[in-house]
Amino acid sequence: MSDVAHADGHHDVHEGTGIDNRKLGMWVFLSSEFMFFGALISNYMLFKGRDYSAFMPTGQSVLLPRGLYDIPFTSVSSFVLLMSSLTMVLAHDALVSGDQNRTRVWLAATGMLGSVFIGGQVFEFTEFVQQGMTISSNPAASAFFMLTGFHGAHVFFGILMLLSLYGISKRQGGLTEVQGLNVELVGLYWHFVDIIWIVIFTIVYLIP
Amino acid sequence: MDSLDPQGPIATDIDGLFRLTLNIATVIFVLVTGALLYATIRFRDRGDRTPEPKQVEGNARFEVIWTVIPVLILASIAVPTVDRIFKYTSCADDALHIEVTGHQWWFEYNYPDDGFSTANVLVMPTDTEICLDMSSDDVIHNYWVPKLNGKRYLVPGQATVLLLRADEPGEYWGQCAEFCGLSHAKMRARVIAMNPDDYADWLTSQQRPASMPADGTIEQEGMNLFLGGQCVSCHNISGVTASNPALATGSIYGPDLTHFSSRDVFAGATLNHDDPGAIESWIDNPPLIKPGSFMPNIDLTQQEIEALAAYLRSLD
Amino acid sequence: MATTASRSGARTIFRRPDSNTGFWGWITTADHKKIGIMYGYTAFTFFILGGLEALLLRIQLSQPDNVFLSASEYNAMFTMHGTTMIFLFVMPVSAAFFNYLLPLMIGARDVAFPRMNAVSYWIFVFGGIFLYSSFVFGTTGPPEGGNLAEVASRLGSGPNGGWFGYAPNSGLRFSTGTVMDYWSIGLQILGLASLISSINFIVTVFNMRAKGMKLLRMPVFVWMTTVVAFLLLFSLPIIAVALFMITFDRNVGTLFFDPSMGGDPILWQHFFWLFGHPEVYILVLPAMGIVSEVLPTFSRKPLFGYPAVVFAGAAIGFMGFGVWAHHMFASGVTPITQAAFGLSTMAIAIPTGIKIFNWIGTIWGGKIKLNTPMLFSLGFVGMFVIGGLSGVTHSIVPADWQQTDTYYIVAHFHYVLFGGAIFGLFSGLYYWFPKLTGRMYSETLGKLHFWVFFVGFNLTFGPMHWLGLNGMVRRTWVYAEETGLGPWNMVVTIGAFIIALGVLIFMINWTWSKRNGPIAPFDPWDARTLEWTLPSPTPEYNFAVNPVITSLDDFWHKKYSEDADGRPVRRPEATALLAEYEEVGLNPPEPIHLPNPSYYPFLVGVGMPMVGYGLIYDNTAWGIPLLILGAVTIVGSFIGWGVEPLEEPHADHHSDEPDHEHPGTDGEDS
Repeated sequence: MSDVAHADGHHDVHEGTGIDNRKLGMWVFLSSEFMFFGALISNYMLFKGRDYSAFMPTGQSVLLPRGLYDIPFTSVSSFVLLMSSLTMVLAHDALVSGDQNRTRVWLAATGMLGSVFIGGQVFEFTEFVQQGMTISSNPAASAFFMLTGFHGAHVFFGILMLLSLYGISKRQGGLTEVQGLNVELVGLYWHFVDIIWIVIFTIVYLIP
Repeated sequence: MDSLDPQGPIATDIDGLFRLTLNIATVIFVLVTGALLYATIRFRDRGDRTPEPKQVEGNARFEVIWTVIPVLILASIAVPTVDRIFKYTSCADDALHIEVTGHQWWFEYNYPDDGFSTANVLVMPTDTEICLDMSSDDVIHNYWVPKLNGKRYLVPGQATVLLLRADEPGEYWGQCAEFCGLSHAKMRARVIAMNPDDYADWLTSQQRPASMPADGTIEQEGMNLFLGGQCVSCHNISGVTASNPALATGSIYGPDLTHFSSRDVFAGATLNHDDPGAIESWIDNPPLIKPGSFMPNIDLTQQEIEALAAYLRSLD
Repeated sequence: MATTASRSGARTIFRRPDSNTGFWGWITTADHKKIGIMYGYTAFTFFILGGLEALLLRIQLSQPDNVFLSASEYNAMFTMHGTTMIFLFVMPVSAAFFNYLLPLMIGARDVAFPRMNAVSYWIFVFGGIFLYSSFVFGTTGPPEGGNLAEVASRLGSGPNGGWFGYAPNSGLRFSTGTVMDYWSIGLQILGLASLISSINFIVTVFNMRAKGMKLLRMPVFVWMTTVVAFLLLFSLPIIAVALFMITFDRNVGTLFFDPSMGGDPILWQHFFWLFGHPEVYILVLPAMGIVSEVLPTFSRKPLFGYPAVVFAGAAIGFMGFGVWAHHMFASGVTPITQAAFGLSTMAIAIPTGIKIFNWIGTIWGGKIKLNTPMLFSLGFVGMFVIGGLSGVTHSIVPADWQQTDTYYIVAHFHYVLFGGAIFGLFSGLYYWFPKLTGRMYSETLGKLHFWVFFVGFNLTFGPMHWLGLNGMVRRTWVYAEETGLGPWNMVVTIGAFIIALGVLIFMINWTWSKRNGPIAPFDPWDARTLEWTLPSPTPEYNFAVNPVITSLDDFWHKKYSEDADGRPVRRPEATALLAEYEEVGLNPPEPIHLPNPSYYPFLVGVGMPMVGYGLIYDNTAWGIPLLILGAVTIVGSFIGWGVEPLEEPHADHHSDEPDHEHPGTDGEDS
């Protein structure tokens, strides 16, 4: 395929990192995302420990996120997300060894696991709202919903990308090598989203 | 409103630090711009009379010199800077505390030890360190009386302090310096420093209830209008209104008017009592003078305006 | 390639645009030079708007207690003047320079992601239009419970919370209309555009340099571009989070900045300035890069201390993230914070000083031609010295308590951003004018422009130092007569109109010379960098033959050797070399394939304001449908783009032949 020659041909005429443009672009993008989540996490850290009792209507108690966590439940959904990184690796691995069917299976599995995680988050949010903690309860709750919500949105976009890779592969009967790079790119993104979740789970849920 | 003409010891000290820096900066400016101009003129292209320049790519020694010299200069001004920061950000134990609350668009002053509240004009004794305990009722404001000290924010939900000290009796202008909405420009401040004896007299006069108008006068008509209309829902007059109803409910409220006419300015310290018609035009249509004002135009008749103005003037 | 062709033929929604000229040629282009030119013209249009806003402000302030503008009009004007000049003029005009020049200066045929580049541009355009549409659709009002004496005019219906949008004044309770939604969502859109282009530039610099173009052989302008791209990359996410917070506070019911519910308004300032201070360097570093190209060229000397200038630029970038709280010395942050940020602010003066000294070192002993670009660059250095020194006085924290929020600050940052950034950018506009148009500008008008600018600028911003120290507070639409500030304000206003005259001269020079100026000679400035080895205007494919670089200022060293004294001697073969460059540049020895135009970047841009309006008017019947339509447009465009190959196969191109001339990467660079 001449597309491959494109990707490799640069070495003849360019000084460079030797990393494909799109892959480097993804790394650069993710470093920016790191700042984005850094800001969201520090925002939550700033608000989580404050005392909001003075701002509550009389007779109502403050409902903070950390008072409502269901750690076993979230541990399970975190484990699910963690496993999806494994299936992502397996998908890429399958592609490298040329097994298109297995690639598709693992891509689908990754998307499924991601969806389970999202489902868990939806359940968690509904639980919290039913117990009385909404996005407007106090700034700590606002920060919690904003942080985990943006993370959920990232997982959601990851699932969309996995689905489109799956769809293309299904339709064409396999992925070309250029599209194969996309598997790697989506993989990078997916692992990033996973790592961020580990940080969130540790800082937001586990550390008192 | 002139930070270059400091009056109190704090502002004078800050001004000294600024002038030191300014002098150093001026010397650097003259040297650097001088070099720039000299080089531009001396080395300009005069055709064949100017030889091709030597291709100098740099000089490590120069790089070190013009890195180290600025470091030394900055270090020399860093020391007094840090010293003054710590000196002027906390109050002495014996300081006189006055509470300042920012409102859109006026400053409220509360004298906690003496139990009264006033507005727009801060009265303080000379030769005493004044510690302003500041907060805001709405947005962020910034208190600035340049001749006495620099600025400090008034932040809703947070406490900040600002030190003031005046050695000589005098009158000083100030202004809210942080953009605080529509009428930010109309949020001024006025400080009057009195010697301690006058200040004690002033305190006594402020603690008594408002003077009562005689029966049948226009002032009494004004008082009745005040009590019967909307004015009383926001404004307190000690001895006349039972208590400030708005204060009790925590909603928006206006300046305490008990000794209204003892203050020479009003409406965010932008209008002067002595100006004929100033009070009248203000109560006629406050949002026209101060856009966004929480004091509405309540369509008073000319007669009502005059009666209210007369009553307000009697509140000495 | 055959599979690719059938794939795209079968699946794209639109027929591929095939024209490189005319209206659709511009709309659909993926050529970095055309995008650069569009960035330039769009940014300049916003410059005119921001300038008109400034003139209205100055008319209002020309005398005490003026009634030319109402309070709401004045507040909208100063908010939009700042927002426009920063986000819609200086940033995009810098992007124009990056786009046009970056590939040329590093010897590349295009940027790494050509269509992404077009996406950045179109998002910027529609973000700007969205922001300005506030003047048409936006509503404003007094704070909740407050009273207005008059109905606000359209002029007063722009965003009015300041370009800094301080909470809680920008929150729903104190900004009851929709204008601050236009502001926060508009900036979010513009930030996205900058983020995308910063990724593009970083990858371009790291992966697309010509053979031999080692990092320390890159022109300083390229270096500064890179630093700026990293600053954008790391600071934009922070303002994105902050803008999301204020947008959610206003529309979703979060409580981040609402002190009545335990929120923290000062936190907004921390987030804002953690972005906002690097932003200052984002604005000024490109100009520093331009000056570092212009001064050596017109002095006929290499840049003095190239590595020092490069490292100082990088150091400014790093330190730019550690000084933000100096915008908040009066906010009541702890004395330890004030001391730490005071010291870090002093420290940033050191790399800045290094740059200035090296620039003077560059012209020292040179053979200086005072052409228009050189005048602007020298003006830059002079004005920047003033701005830098007044900046040092802000780091004297107690002095800053006096200066902050006064016209002294306005004077300071206009010396940095106008005397600095804008002088530098105009220097670049004149310097590269021949490259852009193939013609020469009028030197007479150019010099006239400089002197009018220089006088007008100092008349406008010089007296502001005095005004500020004399108690003139910022963002006030009137001041009282007894302050005595009237006369100097009149001087300032006159200065502002002189600046406007300068802009007019520039526009006349530009439009006239573009058509009627003398044809530019090849290499008109006897320059040093790679872009001057190309014919002017630059051919579509940039380099007919991929260049190979052997040193810093490679082009210069190809033209000149040095004698025993170290003075340049023109090589005998230089003239022939230039002729050869021109000949080859216009007649590429083999066909070169370029990224094809595409509709999708434009459509992504169109989708952005649709989402924005949908968010603002989510309580109306059409709000949510519009939002969904916008989102579908954006996602659909990305998908359409994903299945559209970067370049269509050409009839003369054999698919089994490796394509070494390929300018960008292929495929779905989303």
